[in-house]
Amino acid sequence: MSAQPETVLSIDQVAVHFGGLVAISDMTFAVRSGEIVGLIGPNGAGKTTAFNVVTGFLKPTSGEVRYRSNPLNGLKPHEIAKLGLVRTFQRTSVFQERNVFQNVLTGLHGRGRSSLWDTLLGTPREKSSERELKDEANEILRFVGLEQRAHEPAGTLPYGEQRLIGVALALAAKPSMLLLDEPVSGMNPSETARFVKLVEKIRESGVTILLVEHDMPMVMKVCDRIVVLNYGRIIA
Amino acid sequence: MSRLLVSILVALLASVPLWLTDFYYLHVLIVTGIFIVAAMSLNLLLGYTGQLSLGHVAFFGIGAYTSALVSLGFEVHILPDVTVGMAPKPVWFAMLCATAVAGLTGYAIGKLSFRVRGAYFVIVSISFAEVVRLVALNWVELTQGPMALNNIPALTLGFDGFELSFLRKPAFYLLVLTMLVVCYVIIARLVNSRAGRAMIALRENESLAMSVGIDVTRYLVVATVVSAAMAGMAGALYTHYIRIVDPDIFLFIYTVTMVIMVVTGGKGTLAGPIVGGVIFGIVPEVLRGMEIRPEVQWIAYGVLMVLVVYFLPRGIVPAIESYMSSRRRAPKGEAVAVAPEAPQQ
Ligand SMILES: Nc1ncnc2c1ncn2[C@@H]1O[C@H](COP(=O)(O)OP(=O)(O)OP(=O)(O)O)[C@@H](O)[C@H]1O
Ligand SMILES: [Mg+2]
Repeated sequence: MSAQPETVLSIDQVAVHFGGLVAISDMTFAVRSGEIVGLIGPNGAGKTTAFNVVTGFLKPTSGEVRYRSNPLNGLKPHEIAKLGLVRTFQRTSVFQERNVFQNVLTGLHGRGRSSLWDTLLGTPREKSSERELKDEANEILRFVGLEQRAHEPAGTLPYGEQRLIGVALALAAKPSMLLLDEPVSGMNPSETARFVKLVEKIRESGVTILLVEHDMPMVMKVCDRIVVLNYGRIIA
Repeated sequence: MSRLLVSILVALLASVPLWLTDFYYLHVLIVTGIFIVAAMSLNLLLGYTGQLSLGHVAFFGIGAYTSALVSLGFEVHILPDVTVGMAPKPVWFAMLCATAVAGLTGYAIGKLSFRVRGAYFVIVSISFAEVVRLVALNWVELTQGPMALNNIPALTLGFDGFELSFLRKPAFYLLVLTMLVVCYVIIARLVNSRAGRAMIALRENESLAMSVGIDVTRYLVVATVVSAAMAGMAGALYTHYIRIVDPDIFLFIYTVTMVIMVVTGGKGTLAGPIVGGVIFGIVPEVLRGMEIRPEVQWIAYGVLMVLVVYFLPRGIVPAIESYMSSRRRAPKGEAVAVAPEAPQQ
């Protein structure tokens, strides 16, 4: 890479206060296209809070976030997701009662082409759209290695696999940038190793990644660059 | 359930007026059918989006009153010298109006629930039903208040020379059955589509749904509109069947009945409200036929519900489904794949 790739995500002097508590005091950093950036820091440093601000789940007290030159302030989470900025959650987050396949199908929501009328009238477009979504869901399940689990209820799977479902769901939303919040916490070493490969595969498919993780060897292995957040400030 | 089985069941139900000649039983089936439609509409909200609408009967009552008023015609003084009125319209048109007005009301409530979810939604919906009941009770010029609207016409459909009247019970029974099938198909299509997945996503995990780009509010509004319109249509059927409507139609007990039907049958399943509706629509009549005293009946009723909720917390239909699937797998024996226990943390 000779020319410096363009900046996709820029976080500019963001502060978040919860009443008297300062979760983030002044955060500024940027992520360039195609990078894998690690965001690290001790417990309570404000990493998850930063994710919540970037993806519209929290309003910052001050400061601005831009994604591909769109200011994100005031956008709702689903609008930000449609811009291509998709996150996973630190605590496992799946649609518990639905099977793995239905989970991914739900994640593919934005890519369906059928309208409500198509659905109610059972038009050919409804059928072809559903068929496409199902093919894509199968493809994503193969990509993350969950095809064997397709018909099992998500809530009954082991912890490590539930984390993978979270990633599969995020990928289904067709991100151009992915925010992963402690994706390997709770995984055993072999699952972690497999996950590292998956992250690299995701990057090769052209997705920029911002990764929060406490597992330092993993962070060192996959990240191009590391940002350290401490007491709500960037220190490195 | 397979398509064939459903078709056979529907054909069987359609043949009922041919051999069931006792009109009292037909009456029970008609009223049960109407309540099943209402329960199905409630299930779309409660079972699929996970929002408990405890004012659901408001949509039913609004449909009943709208259809009655449009078919009877009305005139009200809005200001001392401004009157608004309408000449009587055909019943089929009145029923369409009822569906539309209830749907619009659902739209307003759905928009409101943009901010209010969970417990607040419950409270808003109860208050809404109470307000509508008070309007029906006190706006005497429009609704006749407690004196009720009487002589509501029955549905007739006709072209020149050919008149189809739904005054008689067998014909009305078939009308209710048709509406029930139509509503079932609409709900089945909806919940198995992209829109339905969005609704279920809202029920299961709202934050996760938003994070993958689902506009949850939009789908909550869609569900509320469809649900309200269906309940309104059921209300219109009820009015033109009973042919009298008074403010008691908004009583809380009717909502409770619908909720009980949905919860015991199995919320979030297509067959649940039907099974629950059959149990709580027909069993009481059977008990009455056996000349069991009403007090005893109500106790039996309550006990039945407590038993179902206690032993089958997800309802009857999911319990049967999981029993069937475990039976189907069991004979193949050892090859059952069991997910290794999760290292919970
Ligand atoms: N919604 C909230 N209301 C009040 N305080 C909050 C809220 N969310 C986070 N906090 C506080 O903000 C601080 C930063 O929390 P955050 O979850 O962002 O930390 P983190 O860096 O993700 O930590 P961990 O490594 O444990 O996940 C903590 O002190 C936390 O208690
Ligand atoms: Mg965190």
